[in-house]
Amino acid sequence: MDVEILSRIQFAFTISFHYIYPPLSIGLGLMMVLMEGAYLRTKNKMYEQLARFWTKIFAITFGLGVATGIVMEFEFGTNWATYSRFVGDIFGSALAAEGIFAFALESGFLGVLLFGWNRVKPIVHFISTLGVWFGSMFSAVWIVIANSWQQTPAGYHIVGEGSARRAEITDFWEMVFNPSSVDRILHVWIGALIAGAFLVMSVHAWYLLKGRYSELSKKAFVIALSVAALFSVLQLVTGHSSASGVAKNQPAKLAAFEGHYNSSDQAHLYLLGWVDNKNQKVYGPYIPGGLSLLVHGNFDTPMPGLNDFPQDEIPTQVNAVFQFYHLMVAFGLYFIGLTLFGIFMWWRGKLFHYKWLLWVFVFSVILPQLANQFGWFAAEMGRQPWVVYGLLRTSDGLSAVVTANQVLFSLIMFTLIYALLFVLFLYLLDKKIKAGPYDESETESRPLQESVADVIQSDSKPNKS
Amino acid sequence: MATILGIDYPTLWFLVVGALFSGYAILDGFDLGAGAWHLFFKEEKSRRIALNAVGPVWDGNEVWLVIGGGALFAGFPILYASIFSAMYIPFMLFLFALIFRAVSIEFRSKETMKWWRNTWDISYSVSSVLMAVLLGVVMGNVLQGIALGENFEFQGHWLEFLNPYAIMVGITTLALFMMHGAIYLAMKTEGQLFVKVHKLLNRSIIFFIVSYSIVTIYTLFYLPHLSDNLTENAALLVVPLLAFLSIANVPRLVSKAKYVHAFIFSALSMSFLLILVALELYPAMVMSTIDPQYSITVYNAASSEKSLGIMLIMTAIGAPLVITYTVFVYRTFWGKVKMDETSY
Repeated sequence: MDVEILSRIQFAFTISFHYIYPPLSIGLGLMMVLMEGAYLRTKNKMYEQLARFWTKIFAITFGLGVATGIVMEFEFGTNWATYSRFVGDIFGSALAAEGIFAFALESGFLGVLLFGWNRVKPIVHFISTLGVWFGSMFSAVWIVIANSWQQTPAGYHIVGEGSARRAEITDFWEMVFNPSSVDRILHVWIGALIAGAFLVMSVHAWYLLKGRYSELSKKAFVIALSVAALFSVLQLVTGHSSASGVAKNQPAKLAAFEGHYNSSDQAHLYLLGWVDNKNQKVYGPYIPGGLSLLVHGNFDTPMPGLNDFPQDEIPTQVNAVFQFYHLMVAFGLYFIGLTLFGIFMWWRGKLFHYKWLLWVFVFSVILPQLANQFGWFAAEMGRQPWVVYGLLRTSDGLSAVVTANQVLFSLIMFTLIYALLFVLFLYLLDKKIKAGPYDESETESRPLQESVADVIQSDSKPNKS
Repeated sequence: MATILGIDYPTLWFLVVGALFSGYAILDGFDLGAGAWHLFFKEEKSRRIALNAVGPVWDGNEVWLVIGGGALFAGFPILYASIFSAMYIPFMLFLFALIFRAVSIEFRSKETMKWWRNTWDISYSVSSVLMAVLLGVVMGNVLQGIALGENFEFQGHWLEFLNPYAIMVGITTLALFMMHGAIYLAMKTEGQLFVKVHKLLNRSIIFFIVSYSIVTIYTLFYLPHLSDNLTENAALLVVPLLAFLSIANVPRLVSKAKYVHAFIFSALSMSFLLILVALELYPAMVMSTIDPQYSITVYNAASSEKSLGIMLIMTAIGAPLVITYTVFVYRTFWGKVKMDETSY
């Protein structure tokens, strides 16, 4: 295999692995803020126990996020030197902003968040929790801005020739608010918040099924369900808006999303399907003209197909792009259905009555993770063969001096070490979850009896929690 | 060219990157140093206390590396691209060690079996040593210069990073971090462990001074171009003098049991040494051993003035905030290690 394919595999592998953790940190950050906020407001010890418990889980995801994130930063220089020279001037200000306004905030307050429970006042601790959550949200903002610039470059001009050719910034705010950044920031944020909420629901549904921490878990579940339902619905809005942006700014990518080849054909919206790229056919159920309807509000407006672009400027893996995009959408619709059904059952006072429903929530935890991953796969593979859309090809972004053997070595090492890291993650998660929010054998750390009574009552009256 | 206080933007950003790297060296330096000492503590309780001395801060400190690396990429993308691709293997080994260190810290405390804890103790300590040495090795290569050719691309062999000078600088960096880490542990421990740490601290001071002297003598004799800036402008000799004085002050303060002061001076020594490195090279950042015209300087590697200007404004707004809450966090955990249910 050559350097290009090895470097692409390594980058794809390390970034996919990295992206398991930051969305969980962002999502759990909001959960911790809500739980600790509820504790400050109500002084109910159960919320404090919840906040402390989820902080421990957060610590795992944060630690793994930092360790695997440094790898990404280094890989720009080690494997993608020409790309780094090309984008450096543009990414400079975005990365500087991320470092100063996001990472420093996050890491600064992390120590207090994790180890300061017994050392600072509750309100100071709450501010630290907020600081860490804001830090993680800001960090996503700047990284997505940088990636969006690669999708829809703006506020730059090109200087230099040949290998010294690079983009230089001309307008900072135009770069920041490039055509796709706002849509994509919202879409990424919400994807992360859904992932965090589903993890909380999964764990507490499992406790409920095992008959452990029942009062606590009902409270946590309802908080997470409300967040998940709200954001699952909102995600439909940001998703639609993102796709409309792709239609306008990266029409070849949108054509690949739906396997649309000829502009003379009606642009269909497939529910699912299989793309035969060779014969330029898609098999599967579809809404005739549905794509035109979503983008232009009309079934018959012609839309550019893959054959309308120079053939060396369109993605080659059309079926993969199609599948990842459709799976993401399908999962998104499932989240809406499941969480709204959950809200309905809660309203009827029957949310915790059916074991099967709780099991569905236990296992659904994996789907937001997949939806986040697949969404990125579709976005990045759909941008190919460009690394910076229309400006720099992926194959031209490599490090000239790095050999295939070097990359093969690091790829093998990453595979082994990340396998170990993933085992560690699951092991720690399992251990913390089994240990639970507090030691059930110690009666003194149990919640007060009156608050237990409150919850039992509130289970039949949802408006009280 | 635009300037602030008479200093042009690329040079200013060079100072910012230098400040971030010295922040990283001071903060993660004591984590790595403490990690390097880890196997010298034989009892389980001592190892736990030593680990928990860095427990609340080590991953926050690692973020300084993310920020420093980001600042280097942002301000000097050409340097970043050239040096990272030229030093592919050492940077990858550094990443692997960094991940292993994190894994070891997290895994260690989760089971009580002796073999389990010993395995992770070894892996924790070896990773810490490796990270310190590799940082020094890269620094040594930067000081010595590498085979940069046309378009600032590396033309040498991938194994060239392992040369005698780089290894010497690597060992000196390890020695410096071990001294720094021992002072930190002395601040954080009491009783028998403290006595042990104190003994190790004295040895590490000797280790550092010997290895540092060897590197200095070698540099003066074999890398004379590094002294050019200092001999041309004698006023700059104040920097090596300050470095010498603050290093000399460390054993004096340690013998008086003033560990906090010793820690401050050990941190200052690191900063002065980094400033010295910067002065020796400036305006170059990495010299080419092929032809001086291929040397990477703060000017030919810098981002555009517009980009640097934006980044400088952000730093001016952000830095006071960062310093304020970093001080707040360290004050919260001031004093000897106290174990509670949140400990490792």
